[in-house]
Amino acid sequence: MGTETLYDISLTVNGVVREARVPARRLLSDCLRHDLGLTGTHVGCEHGVCGCCTVLLDGEPVRSCLTFAVSVDGHEITTIEGLAAPDGTLSAVQRAFAESHALQCGFCTPGFLCTVTALLNENPAPSDEEILEGISGNLCRCTGYQNIIKAVRRAAELSAEQERDGTGEAAPAATGAAGAPRASGATGGATGE
Amino acid sequence: MKPPPFDYHAPRTVGEALEVLADAGPEGKVLAGGQSLIPLMNMRLAAPARLVDINRIGALDTVTADARGVRVGALARHATVERSAAVAERQPLLRQALRHVAHPVIRNRGTVVGSIVHADPAAELPAVLALLGGTVRLARHGAPEREVPAAEFFLGPLESALQPGELAVSAFFPALPPGSGTAFCEIARRHGDFALAGVAALVTLDDDLRITTAKVACIGVGPVPVVVDVSAECARRPAASAASPAVAAAVRDRVEPEDDIHATAEYRRHLTGVLAERALRLAAERASHG
Repeated sequence: MGTETLYDISLTVNGVVREARVPARRLLSDCLRHDLGLTGTHVGCEHGVCGCCTVLLDGEPVRSCLTFAVSVDGHEITTIEGLAAPDGTLSAVQRAFAESHALQCGFCTPGFLCTVTALLNENPAPSDEEILEGISGNLCRCTGYQNIIKAVRRAAELSAEQERDGTGEAAPAATGAAGAPRASGATGGATGE
Repeated sequence: MKPPPFDYHAPRTVGEALEVLADAGPEGKVLAGGQSLIPLMNMRLAAPARLVDINRIGALDTVTADARGVRVGALARHATVERSAAVAERQPLLRQALRHVAHPVIRNRGTVVGSIVHADPAAELPAVLALLGGTVRLARHGAPEREVPAAEFFLGPLESALQPGELAVSAFFPALPPGSGTAFCEIARRHGDFALAGVAALVTLDDDLRITTAKVACIGVGPVPVVVDVSAECARRPAASAASPAVAAAVRDRVEPEDDIHATAEYRRHLTGVLAERALRLAAERASHG
């Protein structure tokens, strides 16, 4: 496929403008991982079932494996690498997942963290039913989900506390904190790949 | 699990899109939300030679609701329609059905018109359009737009009346008539998966709260959504008796389920009867409280 047309695209990823030259068929998940080196976004099923590749597109969670990179040229993307503050302080959602033992192998975790970050941005105090509905599109084969549900409740508490204390900078990021993208496994304990 | 190569077009206006589609003919395929098309491409079940990405055509990202009904443009995402209070007020069945469409994250990207054009017999929105007697507006380069009624739009599994060179620009869902209620019930093995069977119901009552019309549309149990008018079986009975064994039997008789790995045809037929009763009961309740 050496003759495939390549497109120059520009994405604002975690607050940083990134350029890439991609064929039209390059999935956003592969663009992030291969072209931009952001391997924190994991690729599981590649047909939209597992939720591991979930990233935020203009603040809303989407499947990066069901999105062509060229389609979202010019848009803002937040990946797992962009959830923590620039100094490495974990976001409320990341802290809650670590504290609540909401991950074991860590493969599904980037997708869960992006999904839950957006869920709590939209609905800061979700009911248990809303939590279940919110994470229903993400599969985890380790935890049995109970600790993930606890972590979402805990993240809601932490965000509310931060809100009260006026330390809003560590609240869930809407469109990604600025700063240089870091390597994968932003949540302590995740095994990355 | 990577899509095959294709020629990519990203028009910025409907006119430009129609020109490209006219030129592409049967080789052209429209990309909107991509939540059905891209999985098919990733699995190499679909390999369109030319992809026309309509995501930059802002003019198609519209949802309007008035006394006549709800018109949804080709780029309106499921989530937008689901969250719209104006839509829920004019035609509550849309929100009721959309809550069953995949998962919230998929609904952020997938489009209502895309789901209709995809014409999956297990999908919710084709049944909603069929039950309500809605229409799909199709545009073509150099020709007037045509408005195709739902009854003529769904031809078979994944097959619609959309011709090569055409773009579905919007779908129209008629408003809920006065004294009416709707409901959508389905059963899936796993939350968010395609349903084994599902039923959308519409019940209209007269001033004495007796049933004047009762209709259901069934999914997953035929090549296209199966619309069954059970007004005769309900025969001006009070709203509270919308669901009955006779109604369930009438619906079961009309569907044509098939066996597959997920369920037998008989089980699907049974489920459809049960779901028809549930959906009709709920729709009648909502109609009487409306």
